Formats: sequence, structure tokens, C-alpha cells
Amino acid sequence: MKLKPPSPSDVGDRIRETEVWKSIFRPGSIFRRGYKDTSRDRALATMNNVLYHLHPVKVKRHGLKLTYTFCLGGLSFFLFILLTITGIFLMFFYRPMADLGGAQAYTDMQSISTSVFFGDLVRNLHRWGAHLMVFSVSLHMARVFYTGSYKPPREFNWVVGVILLFLTLGLSFTGYLLPWDQLAIWAVTVGTSLAAYSPFIAKQANFLLLGGVVVGPNTLLRWYVLHVLALPFVLVIFLAVHFWRIRKDGGISGPL
Amino acid sequence: MTWEETPKDLEAYQAALDALAAAGVDSRIAEGRARSKAVRTWREANPEEAAKLEKAPKAPAAAAAGGNGADVAAAAVPAAAAAAVGAAPVMAAAAAVTTPVREAPLPTGNVPTPKKGVDDKHRLLALVPPEGIQRVEREQGDRVNVWPHLLIEEFVAMFILLAALVIFSTFINAPLRELANPNLTPNPSKAPWYFLGLQELLRYFHPMIAGITIPTFILVGLAAVPYVDRNPSVKPGDRKIAITLMTILFMFGATLTIIGSFFRGPGYNWVWPWAQGVFFEL
Repeated sequence: MKLKPPSPSDVGDRIRETEVWKSIFRPGSIFRRGYKDTSRDRALATMNNVLYHLHPVKVKRHGLKLTYTFCLGGLSFFLFILLTITGIFLMFFYRPMADLGGAQAYTDMQSISTSVFFGDLVRNLHRWGAHLMVFSVSLHMARVFYTGSYKPPREFNWVVGVILLFLTLGLSFTGYLLPWDQLAIWAVTVGTSLAAYSPFIAKQANFLLLGGVVVGPNTLLRWYVLHVLALPFVLVIFLAVHFWRIRKDGGISGPL
Repeated sequence: MTWEETPKDLEAYQAALDALAAAGVDSRIAEGRARSKAVRTWREANPEEAAKLEKAPKAPAAAAAGGNGADVAAAAVPAAAAAAVGAAPVMAAAAAVTTPVREAPLPTGNVPTPKKGVDDKHRLLALVPPEGIQRVEREQGDRVNVWPHLLIEEFVAMFILLAALVIFSTFINAPLRELANPNLTPNPSKAPWYFLGLQELLRYFHPMIAGITIPTFILVGLAAVPYVDRNPSVKPGDRKIAITLMTILFMFGATLTIIGSFFRGPGYNWVWPWAQGVFFEL
């Protein structure tokens, strides 16, 4: 009798028959052996996946039309994820310190650009992605307006969307200060000087924002915490409500 | 025993069905009620034959028939409820002989004995009046599976964006100017681009108006849009006012932002970008 080595596809089939593999990929997964392109397995593929079950099993056919949504909401969400990942990477190399005797924040920015592996690329992705996210969220809002998608029963989700736009601007603006270069502190000085004109609470608002009377080391630490923790935390909560309400309000709006 | 095999009074069935339909009862419920009426009428007319049927071993048929078995049982509720306790062991024995292969365990037929001194209770699994059922009515419409149709579209959009961003980031570096210096104000000093519309407004209005009142008004106004615009139509032709107003707002924002970004130079004075250059940084 001749022994033949198993072919790669045999090995693949064997692995996909193991209990471990089957415990990871639930029925309907395209990685599971025996996936058939039937209605049932297509439905299971959505239902049995933690990411995909943001979606219902079926959507209106017109929702696939690219010129209805332009994928703007989904791309904004993708940019948020990309910014989270690149942001975590940058946090490993960045200290929000600008005290006397040396601005660690600024020197850390320089070393991210010069000595961190892929540091420059990741910082560029983070910065350009952030500008793009402000842009795509604004465009998403315009799309939702022009398709009339804020009309009942979706009124409240529009309000959540306006809050998300505000939070996006807040995240972008707090991040703008962190490089601690001339561009950063003067842009933030100009932006926050307006708070001094708020009625009744001008001084308090200014002090709350800056942690002092001018943009300084306290502002940097404050805005860093807002940027990496506080605002993303709030944003994720509103994002969850936003996505949940899309489903509860009957999925994508339209057609026109 | 299937519905076709069950002895029944078809005239009573038709009469009950017509009466219920005339009363506006849902057709599915009317049919069920008419069926039980037909079987009951037949049983009342032929009591001897009904009793004979009750005694006959019908377990195999009932086990095999499934849903239909339940039909019959439901139809014969008053008689069967009393008979079932005694008949169950017999049925079980018969089933064991005629159908040796059966996956689920056989019913024991044991009924829990009630406590002494407690009134006999009538046990019900559930009794739901048809009016109590919430009917969800949603148009099925023309729907497609999310996997693969929508998810593939999303993945393609995502990868195109990611590729574009990576290529852009590879070749164009984010700015990093000299170290922050609170004593040296750059000229011009501008806010990030998304606030340049507001900074431009500062040229025309008091900071309280331009920096606080107008932005607050815009944000609150935007949030209030669905509660102000009560026009139910989504057709662009029916929403001319809403679309015009919002387009004017967007155009104002875009124009002010573009002016603030490209047409303002040293001292925040007017410049022509093609003549004096662009004073704008991202």
C-alpha cells in the first residue's frame, strides 16, 4: 500500500472539521465547512456574527443604491475606528506634558516622526483621517437632510446625529492642540477666545476649557484627557443609540 | 387522523364559517372555530360511534400526524380531557409496539397528584384571545440579503477609502511647526478650518453674536429641524422651502469657510490666493 501525503485542501477540510474551528465559526459563517449559498445560510451569516448583526438580515433593495447614501454614515464610522486604532498607537509614544524645562509633548511629536517605526505614517493617517471625518460627517448630515430621512419616525435619530456632529468637532478640536506647536496653540487660542464672550459664565467657561487664563500646560493635559477618553466615551454611547435607532425606526429611509 | 379522515358535519362547518365570516372574524380563526363546531356537531349526533372512536387505539396516527393530531385533540377538548388520563398508558404501550424507533422519550402518563384539601385545579398552558395577539404588519417589500449584497458594498467602500488615505498619508506629511511659544503670535493666526466660518463672522459682528449666539442658534436650529418641518413628504418637489433654506445655510457656511481659509492673510486682511499666496494650514 502506498501512503500519499494529504493535499492542502484535505488538511484544510480536516481543520475545519475540528471542534475548535466549529466552536469559533458559528453556522452561517463562510469559513465553516458546508456553507451553502442559500437564503438560510445568508441569513445566518448576518445573524451569527457579532459585527454584521448591526445590520438586519435583509434590507430594502434601494438601500444598496450608492447614490442614495454614498456610504457616508458607514465611512464616518469606519474613520472613527481607524482614528481609534491609530490614536492608540500614538498614545504609546506621546506624553501630554509641556511644563517648564522642556515640552515633552512637542519632542514626542518629533520622535514619532523621526524614530518610531511607521510613526510618521500613523500620525499622518490620524491627522488626515480626522479632517476627513469632520468632512464626511457633515456630508452625511447633508445627505440625510436632502433625502428627508429626519422625518417621522426618525426625528430623534437626527437629534442624536447633530450631537454626534458636535462631538466630532469637539474631538477634532481637542486633538488639534496636542502637537503643541505654534499652529496648535494659536489655533486653539483663537478658537477658545470666543468662550470669553459667553453670557453670564464667560470667566468660568474660559477657565473650565483652559484650566487657566491662557492656553498652557494645564490646557494640554485637560484636552488630552478629553481627546483620548472622555469625548470618545460619550461619542460611543451616542453612536450606539444612533445605530440602534436606525434598526428600530425601520431601517434605511426612502426610497424618494 | 387527518382532518379529511375525521368524521364531521360538513353542513355545520359551512354554516359556522359563514356566520363567523359575516361577523367579521379573521378567516384563520373562523376556520378553526368552524372545524371544532363541525366535529362537535357530528359527535353529538352520533354519540355511540364517537365513544367507539375514543376507545380505539389511535396513538400511532396521532404521533405521526403531529399538527393534525393537535387539531383533533383541540376539537375534542371536553371529552378528551377526561379520557386522556386513563387512555395515556394504553396509547404509550401501543406506540411502543408499533413504532419501535422514536427519539424523544415516551410520555409516562403520570399526572401529579393534587395536595389534599386543595380544590381541584384546571390546568391550562395558555389561553390567548385572538384580540390579545399583537399583529405586526410590515410590508415585506423588495428586500435583499445583507450578506452578501450590502456587506460587500460596504467592504469595497471601506477599502477604497483606506487605500486612498494610506496613499495620501504616505506622500503628504501632517504639519508640525516650531515649538509653541505664547509670546510670539503668528500672523495670521487662524482656527482649524471647520471654525474658520465663525472666525470670518467675527469680522462682521460682535464676538458675542458671532462666537456664541450664531453657533448656538445653528446647532439648536439643526436639532429642531424635524420638529419644525412637519411636512410628511420626502419628495424633493414637495419640499422646496425646506431644501432652499437648508441649501442657503450650507452655502453660507461653505462660502464663509472658504473665504476664511483662502482669502484671508496677514492681519486677517483680504488677500487674493493667486496673487499673494495661500495662508492656510490643516
